[in-house]
Amino acid sequence: MSPMNVMVLAEHTGKQISEGTYELIGAARDLAAALGGQVEVALFGPRDLAAQLGAADRVLSVDHPALAEYLPQAYEVALTAVLAERSPRLLLMANGTPGLDLGAAVAVGWQAPLAAYVTGLAVDGGTVVATSAILGGKVLAELELPGERGVATVVGGAFGAEAGQADAVPEVTEVSPPAGLDQLAMSLAEVTEPQGGDVDITTADLLVSVGRGIESKDNVELVQDLGDALGVPLSASRPVVDAGWLPKTRQVGKSGLKVKPRAYLAFGISGAPEHLEGMRDADLIIACNTDPGAPIFDVAHYGTTVDLFDLVPALTDKLS
Amino acid sequence: MKAVPDLVEEIELTPDETDIDREYLKFVLSEWDAQALEEALLLKDASGAEVVAVGLASDPDIDQALYTALAKGADAAVKLSGGPEDATATGVRAALLAGYLAAEPADLVITGVQAADDIDGQLPPMLAAHLGQPHVSVVIAVEAADGGVLVRQEFAGGRTHQLRVTTPAVIGVQAARQAPRYAPITRIRQAMAAGGLREVTAEPAAASAAPVVRRMYRPEQTSHAQMLTGSADEVAEAIAGLLRDRGLVKG
Repeated sequence: MSPMNVMVLAEHTGKQISEGTYELIGAARDLAAALGGQVEVALFGPRDLAAQLGAADRVLSVDHPALAEYLPQAYEVALTAVLAERSPRLLLMANGTPGLDLGAAVAVGWQAPLAAYVTGLAVDGGTVVATSAILGGKVLAELELPGERGVATVVGGAFGAEAGQADAVPEVTEVSPPAGLDQLAMSLAEVTEPQGGDVDITTADLLVSVGRGIESKDNVELVQDLGDALGVPLSASRPVVDAGWLPKTRQVGKSGLKVKPRAYLAFGISGAPEHLEGMRDADLIIACNTDPGAPIFDVAHYGTTVDLFDLVPALTDKLS
Repeated sequence: MKAVPDLVEEIELTPDETDIDREYLKFVLSEWDAQALEEALLLKDASGAEVVAVGLASDPDIDQALYTALAKGADAAVKLSGGPEDATATGVRAALLAGYLAAEPADLVITGVQAADDIDGQLPPMLAAHLGQPHVSVVIAVEAADGGVLVRQEFAGGRTHQLRVTTPAVIGVQAARQAPRYAPITRIRQAMAAGGLREVTAEPAAASAAPVVRRMYRPEQTSHAQMLTGSADEVAEAIAGLLRDRGLVKG
């Protein structure tokens, strides 16, 4: 047993390890070095994916038919078993669907404190300290994970992926599938891939994007006029898509698409971490929001607090 | 349901900088809980479920949220007390709700996938762990099915899984199948006048391990947008210029 190890839960599509997993492995390498431990990656499902985890010291592989695709209860049963067997100091999970889904349940079962929405991790005098971005990124909380174990669910993009990748062959330890995998209270009925988009916002040079500040479906037309004048598609942050004002194919952010246009115009978008994750790499970001404290202004190159209902028509006029 | 600070407001910290100062803040129902309530009401519309809205008595303005839930079609509303006075941490809330649900079990618990201030983890998985029930989060549709529910779980990029889940279970809703319905103010007033909130005191379950807050602070702005000021017309001209300079628009 190596109690100062850092464990990472691998996420994958069945064929490819996710970018977020590499970010976690990179962060885990630094933490493990500070703690004097190793980096172990819990890999559920196809064992051959271990070949993509060269930056890990050890891959803990559980393979079972119930783990072929992500299934919450199956992953929880497997993760609980691996944690009990390996007793790491810290478990890192990405703050995506599995992290939001399992993190807190695994923490309760493992009797470990959890830090959510983590954007920074450090070891301070033997204590693991996590920085957590809450309230839409407006406040940062420095959290200690005291005791012998802890869980951190880490926001995508908080760490670079490069340090988590290496052309090496990790040691693979097979962990026998726990009996609980044969007695699950849920099953996978269907997998649906995202529908083909009416337009592909990921290839656009220029995007005009709207957020909650647009207030109503009728108002979306105002921004659509600007998009039409520029000949570019409209994209949006999550609330606009959830409200049904624009299709899912236009959503930028963690649960939508990642975009990198030459210019991104954001109207009425506050800049929640989930949204920033999808657009912060745009070459030029211009943001319009009446709240001068909106986090979008921390990533935008240019900003204005002029009301979008005044600015958008004026801009449409100039660019028509 | 959880009341959270309205993010439109300026957030201040307490003098010891280990928490946010809630005294002068405006609170609103967590947006994901509004989505969860809508999904519960859709389930009721489709299959006749009885919907009970539950809020914590310690949350600011929770009465308003509960009366609104009744006005929208919830069959009952419970104002829950029994836990510590400061019940903002998810761990504290999960323990109290688990105590309540042990006494008054539900076939299905539907709640928001997250709240803007849940630094110690999200409620649905934590509550499910206390109850020993299966759970699914980041859900965008819940339908009744034989012996349980069919739920659709969403992943990055829009991929979804449909899962068959045996009840009792806990579901964390990311978004309802339709935008939350509107409750006219007259109906909310009627619900308030009828006074249908049921006050319940529960015995909290044993609390789980929690992180220790060292300090809170506002993010240091490592970079900040260069602000364009002036009239709407002047700002529009400046933005048009930026786009023209990069050859992104003609003229």
